[in-house]
Amino acid sequence: MSWLEANRDYVLDMLVQHVRLSVPAIVISVVVAIVLGRVAWRWPRVGTVVLGTASLLYSVPALPLLIVIPVLLGIPLRSGLTLVVALAVYGTALLAGTAADAFRSVDGRVREAAEAMGYSRAGLFWKVDLPLAVPVLLSGVRVITVSTVSLVTIGALVGIPSLGNLLTDGFQRDIRAEIVTGVVGTMLLAVVLDVLLVVLGRLATPWRVATPTGGAR
Amino acid sequence: MGIEFRDVGKTYPDGTVAVTGFSCTVPSHRTLALVGTSGSGKTTLMRMVNRMVEPTTGTVLIDERDVLGLDKVELRRSIGYVPQAGGLLPHRRVVDNVATVPVLTGTPRGAARDAALALLERVGLDPALGRRYPAQLSGGQQQRVAVARALAADPNILLMDEPFGAVDPIVRRGLQDQLLQLQAELGKTIVLVTHDIDEAFRLGDEVVILRTGGIVAQAGTPKEIVAAPADDFVRDFIGADRADRALRTVDIDGRSVVVDGDGRPVGVLE
Ligand SMILES: Nc1ncnc2c1ncn2[C@@H]1O[C@H](COP(=O)(O)OP(=O)(O)OP(=O)(O)O)[C@@H](O)[C@H]1O
Ligand SMILES: [Mg+2]
Repeated sequence: MSWLEANRDYVLDMLVQHVRLSVPAIVISVVVAIVLGRVAWRWPRVGTVVLGTASLLYSVPALPLLIVIPVLLGIPLRSGLTLVVALAVYGTALLAGTAADAFRSVDGRVREAAEAMGYSRAGLFWKVDLPLAVPVLLSGVRVITVSTVSLVTIGALVGIPSLGNLLTDGFQRDIRAEIVTGVVGTMLLAVVLDVLLVVLGRLATPWRVATPTGGAR
Repeated sequence: MGIEFRDVGKTYPDGTVAVTGFSCTVPSHRTLALVGTSGSGKTTLMRMVNRMVEPTTGTVLIDERDVLGLDKVELRRSIGYVPQAGGLLPHRRVVDNVATVPVLTGTPRGAARDAALALLERVGLDPALGRRYPAQLSGGQQQRVAVARALAADPNILLMDEPFGAVDPIVRRGLQDQLLQLQAELGKTIVLVTHDIDEAFRLGDEVVILRTGGIVAQAGTPKEIVAAPADDFVRDFIGADRADRALRTVDIDGRSVVVDGDGRPVGVLE
């Protein structure tokens, strides 16, 4: 506890860095995955290729990716942007398939009735498909949130600061309390974000709260 | 005026011939009931009216205008649509389901909701149900909501695809009565799809019986069809040889009692 008290500002600073790296990566992943998932849902043939490529990307090891991205994009290796892009690649790869499933989970009768009532294509997406895809989508977002928060720590290996620094630094200098703080801090952040997502999910799907069956019939 | 199918046909991209050379006119304020066996092209025909399906041959006209020349989205908003069971928006409260099209066309939400509550009453539902989500209603109540929703923008045309197909016979009867009463007041031009011949006879001013491939087996008023079924397919389909359709009268104590084919009394001739 005394190590933590003495290093409060440092830990808080690393926590803030951690959030600043993970949240944008998660947001980018969600947006890109929704686009890819929608494409895959709409054009199944293209979808097979897109989703296949995505899962291939997920198997690329993290360190090489962290070195390739700056080269490809012409950005400095040690910038937070490099890590955000790498995490977004993983997050997207992990979420795209779920996003396609989420659109497939929308009841065809509901879509069709909505279309027949006169929803425009955009209206159908924003007002019908997307809200009804939220439950399945959310389950995937929770997974990538936890995985992104833990992956951020890898940045410490190439000098991108986050709670991961507490791990590398703690190991190097053999400070147990620092390692523990790094591990627990990362886990706590993941849990807090997860709880936040669950709450947001409930707010976004009031009909499921009102009807235990989730309105599925 | 009204809706005209002019020699329409539909072959789906996979080669399925759903409809061939279908012609029919639905005069304004009248109800056309399309009946037929499963896969006989009823839904396909009905959907041509709001361009959910586009004919591969022929034209569909509304008030003499080819629907293909009209804006899809505007056309659909101008036509009331009652889907089969399960077509309500599960994520919208009942009142907002009913208000859907008026809100889409720019009516302020508050005004649209007020009108929606009044409509719920009109279709025989307690406006208090407006706060619920569709899953919190019975199947019969849901279809009443679907009817209210179709009426919300006061369209001239209503399309109904087996609207009461998924509810039990007693509830169905109630829904049919409600529709007849509404239609007497509102006088919409209705295209109703059903596989229930009794429903077609009850609700349709004109009935078209279809066989596979969207071929007309017989078209006419219910009376015409019952009086003179065109062929064995129609006889079979309308159950002309069913005991409860072959009625005759017997004289009992000076009164003409109507009995069915099995001799069971069904009523008295006045
Ligand atoms: N989108 C489609 N693509 C290919 N074939 C289709 C499509 N929609 C319908 N069909 C086929 O066209 C034929 C007519 O279908 P339709 O849905 O119009 O029949 P229906 O009379 O409404 O039948 P049901 O009583 O079962 O609803 C069927 O053989 C059906 O399989
Ligand atoms: Mg059908």
